Formats: sequence, C-alpha cells, structure tokens
Amino acid sequence: MEFHYHIEGGDFSRAGSASSEVKKILKQLNVDPRVIKRVVVALYEAEVNVVAHAHEGNMTVTLDPGSIEAVVEDKGPGIADIDLAMQEGYSTASPRVREMGFGAGMGLPNIKKNCDRLDIKSVVNAGTTVKMTTFFTG
Amino acid sequence: MEEFYHALKVSPKACTGCTHCMVACPTSAIRVRQGLATIDAAACVDCGMCLKTCQRRAIFVEQDDFNRIFHFNHRVVLLPSVVLGQFAGEVSEEQIFAELIAMGFTRVVETDRSVDILAGAMREYMRTRPHLRPFISSFCPAVVRLIQVRFPSMIDHVIPLKQALDLSAIHARRQLEEEGVPGDQIGVFYVTPCAAKIAAIKSPVGEERSPVDGVINMDFIYNKVKMGLTRKDKTPLPRDAGRGYLSPEAIAWTLSEGEASSFEGRCLAIDEIHNVIDILEKLENDELQDIDFVELRACDHSCAGGALSTNNRFLVIERLRSRSKASAGRPPEEDEIGKHAGFLREQVLLPGKITPRSIEKLDEDTLVAMEKMQKIQRIMSIIPRVDCGACGAPSCKALARDVVQGKAKLSQCTFMQKVLVQEGLITPDEAIEIAENTWGKNRFNHHK
Ligand SMILES: Nc1ncnc2c1ncn2[C@@H]1O[C@H](COP(=O)(O)OP(=O)(O)OP(=O)(O)O)[C@@H](O)[C@H]1O
Ligand SMILES: [Mg+2]
Repeated sequence: MEFHYHIEGGDFSRAGSASSEVKKILKQLNVDPRVIKRVVVALYEAEVNVVAHAHEGNMTVTLDPGSIEAVVEDKGPGIADIDLAMQEGYSTASPRVREMGFGAGMGLPNIKKNCDRLDIKSVVNAGTTVKMTTFFTG
Repeated sequence: MEEFYHALKVSPKACTGCTHCMVACPTSAIRVRQGLATIDAAACVDCGMCLKTCQRRAIFVEQDDFNRIFHFNHRVVLLPSVVLGQFAGEVSEEQIFAELIAMGFTRVVETDRSVDILAGAMREYMRTRPHLRPFISSFCPAVVRLIQVRFPSMIDHVIPLKQALDLSAIHARRQLEEEGVPGDQIGVFYVTPCAAKIAAIKSPVGEERSPVDGVINMDFIYNKVKMGLTRKDKTPLPRDAGRGYLSPEAIAWTLSEGEASSFEGRCLAIDEIHNVIDILEKLENDELQDIDFVELRACDHSCAGGALSTNNRFLVIERLRSRSKASAGRPPEEDEIGKHAGFLREQVLLPGKITPRSIEKLDEDTLVAMEKMQKIQRIMSIIPRVDCGACGAPSCKALARDVVQGKAKLSQCTFMQKVLVQEGLITPDEAIEIAENTWGKNRFNHHK
C-alpha cells in the first residue's frame, strides 16, 4: 500500500502534517504505539528538513504487514557532506529558521536513532533523498 | 470488550436524527439509525459535546434518583466549587449550604478541600519521575478516556492519581466513621457539573470502585436550591458543620489554569476538546519540547463550561475568582482535613492501570487491517466525499470504515443509491427502504 504527500518548502505552518497523516494510518493498522512514535519522529524531522532547507519535496510511504518504508525526496540545495550533516549539532539553518525553533542540528541524528535503516543520497544544487525503513516487530 | 457506563442518553421522543451531535462528536461515536442518534459505548468519552450541540435537548445526562440519598442515615453531599458559581453574588454560600441541608443532606463537604493534598502529591509524583515528562493531568475524566481511545501512546504520561473528588469522599467517610457511624449508614453523593464525572464514578479507570455512592446533576441541585430560596420563610437555617477553609488555589482548581498555575516549570493549560485533541497530536508527535505539565480539560473554560452548568461560564468564573481572592486575603486556617493528610496521601495513587483501548485500529491483525484499509481507499474513490451525513455516519470516511467493519452498507450513501437505481440494481422502493433504516419508518409516510 502506498501513500503520497507533498511537502512545500518554507511553509513551517504546515510542517508535520504528512507525518501526522502517517501516524493516523499506523494507528489504524494496530502497529505498536512505541513503533509509531519512532516512525513519526523520524518522518517529522525529514519533513521539517524539506521545509527548512529545500524548495519542495514529496513523501512516499510504502506499507507492508511487517514494515514501513518512507522516501522523502526533495528539490533543493542538496547536502555536500552527509557525514558532517549527520553530526549532532551541525546545522546551516538561517537565523529565520532558528527563530521558528528549528536548527539545533539534531534532526538527522534523531532520524538515525528512530529508524532501522537509513539511506541518504544527495546531489548538490539538485536535491536530497532520505529513505527510512522501520520494522513493526523489534 | 468490557462495558463502559455513559450517562449521556438520547431521548427517543425528542431526537429527530438531525445529525448535529453526530458531526460534533470528537470521537465519531454517533450514528443515526432508525431516525435516532445512537452512541457507541466503546468510542464515547463522555465529553458532552453532543449534549451541548443538540438544539432539541434530546441528549440528557442520566442521574441517580435523588430519593436514593434517604437510603442512608448519614448523607454527605460533595460540592465542587463551580456549584457556588451557579448563583448570583447576592446568594451567600451559607444560604446555599443551608438549602442543601434543608433538602435532606446531613453534611456538606466541599470537594476541593483536598486539592492542597492532591497538588502536593502531584508535585511529588512529578519530581520523582522526571523521565515521564511531559506530565498530563488526570483531572478531567473525558480527557483520560480520550487518551485511552485515541492517544494510547500517551498513557504513561498521565499522572495516575485519584482526584480531589475521590480524596474528599474518602475523607468524609473516614471522618464519619471516626465519629462512630457504621460504614453502611454513610452515603456520599457528588454534585456533578458534567457527564464525564458520572462515568468516572460509575465505571472508574484505574480503580475497582469509586468511593462515591451516587451522583446528582448540578442543574437539578441548582433548581432545588433556587426553589428553596424562593419559598424561604425568613427563619434562620441551621449552619452546616462540614464547612471549612479553602485555599485560593483550591477554589480556582476546577477553572482553567487551576492546576497549571500551581506547578513549577513550563505548564500549559488547554481547555475545550478540540484544542485538547490538537495539543495531544502535537505531544504525541514530539513536536513540543521542554513541556513539564499539561492541564487538559474537555469543556470550554473547564468546569465552568460543564454541560450541566446553568449559569453563564464567565459569571461562574467571576464568582469563583472573587472567592479565591477573598480567601487569599485571609490567613490560611488549619483545616480538619489536614489531620488525615497522611492517610489520604497513602491512598492517592490509583491502584490499577489506565488501559489502552484504541478505537482507531481496523483489526488486531496488521495484515487484515491493511486489507481493510485498502477496501476503505477503494470505497473512498467512488463515494462523493461531501460528508453530508445523510447515510447516518458523520463523514464519507466514517461510512467507508463502517462498511468495511460490517456495520453499514454502502447503499446507505444517497449518492450510491441513485447510481444503483439508475443501473437497475435496486428498485426505487428498495431505495426508500434503505433510507428508512437510517431515518426511521415514519419519515417517508407523509410523502408516499
Ligand atoms: N533536505 C535537506 N536539504 C538540504 N540540506 C539539508 C537537508 N536536510 C538536512 N540538511 C542539512 O543538514 C544539516 C543538519 O540537518 P539536521 O536536520 O540534523 O539539523 P537542522 O535541520 O539544521 O536542525 P534541526 O533538525 O535540529 O531543527 C542542516 O542544517 C542542513 O544544512
Ligand atoms: Mg532538521
């Protein structure tokens, strides 16, 4: 089963709406609340990264009975050094983004912590693709 | 699944199946069947939105027979502060208390007298369990139920303590027993501002049995007191014995900010059920950081806006605030309840668990749930998505869900009926029959 969500760059007022929708779906599928929590936290951070750092993006969620795979793909500046970006506290967020309460440099590390598989691909000046997989049973 | 008691009832005489309550219900617990609103007991959280939106007063709060108080020799009435707020300033507290005695109670006890003990216990609970932040108050039974059915992942954050109502009931009973009254001669009755507190007493969460023996609706008591006051033949009434000191915090406890203003750290006070749902979504998504405590109340302006409140909620708040201010101007008095503080603190923790009972899941088995979800998606692609409610469900999505769960037929959708008639799959008479199942037999009589 597949679900698609559009993510608009710069629209902080709606950041989190895609991950909230995914949460509602997982609740209906009777997935363990602790797993739901992990998934939602990871998706939320990936979603906010598109809003904060890219122009626009899409989230594609593929569900099967044992796992969820979410691919967040965006058009944007891309990430030059992914290892660096993965470090806790590393952020290039603008002062405007920081004013909104984002930009602590904790998003990507948080994503890593909250999914079972993480794969990030990025092309500078083109875009970034973040693929997250989480299994329902631990 | 165990049964849940709900005090909200639909009067078949008054209900016309108008769908207002169905649309307003925050847990989609209502369907129109045979022309009547019907409430799903597993999904209802007793918030009272249906009652408040009903324009025909067809939804009411069932209460215990008042005369049941006379089964007991000693009749304690537990009075939340909002009751006093129902009356205009010229009616004194003494007069209200005296009326309660006159109507048959032998002792008046203010529910909120145990608030200081409770607040202390809450503080201690939070201080010793910092890993469970953000803490969610269990003050409002509708909120606790909402969390059980819609936000089970937040249950661990709920502070699992008894409420002032329980503590004051336990105390009142204990006090009488110490005076030598046998336990079975004591009846403790609570005057409720809402349906949720009744549910909390009749089917408590986290404990086997409530210490309260019966519940009386606040509007009923209001009328009885009013009636007594108009009939009064100026003779001075006996002053009640149970009345004690209430701290400013205790008086304001049931109002919005009542709890939130009593604790250290970052505390939020949220009232009205949709606002509560909104904040719970955010908390569940971890979108809010560094929150220590959230006070959540289902009613707009908390208990002042309770479904059984007769007075304007802002006037209720005004009266309580001025009483609170007056109390702040006086030196704190040693209250008799203080003697039992240790005893009450020992019992403040709920003995049982707050259990999750999700109404969201389509099936226990994730695989089956996925198949159902796919069916829902297919149905959604052919129905009009205008949420007209004419099928007896609050939205097209809810109908699709009901169909998949075997609780409704797709042909209940008026749009689908037209398609089916046009394609010759059902006759016009059959279409009427389907509609009658939703809207009731008599609905179509005068059109035939
Ligand atoms: N989708 C993206 N497109 C472009 N750059 C990104 C994207 N996602 C992350 N980055 C870069 O990686 C850095 C670290 O990301 P991370 O999510 O860890 O922190 P942040 O977004 O800056 O702050 P926080 O997530 O704590 O609010 C970002 O500052 C940004 O430079
Ligand atoms: Mg980020």
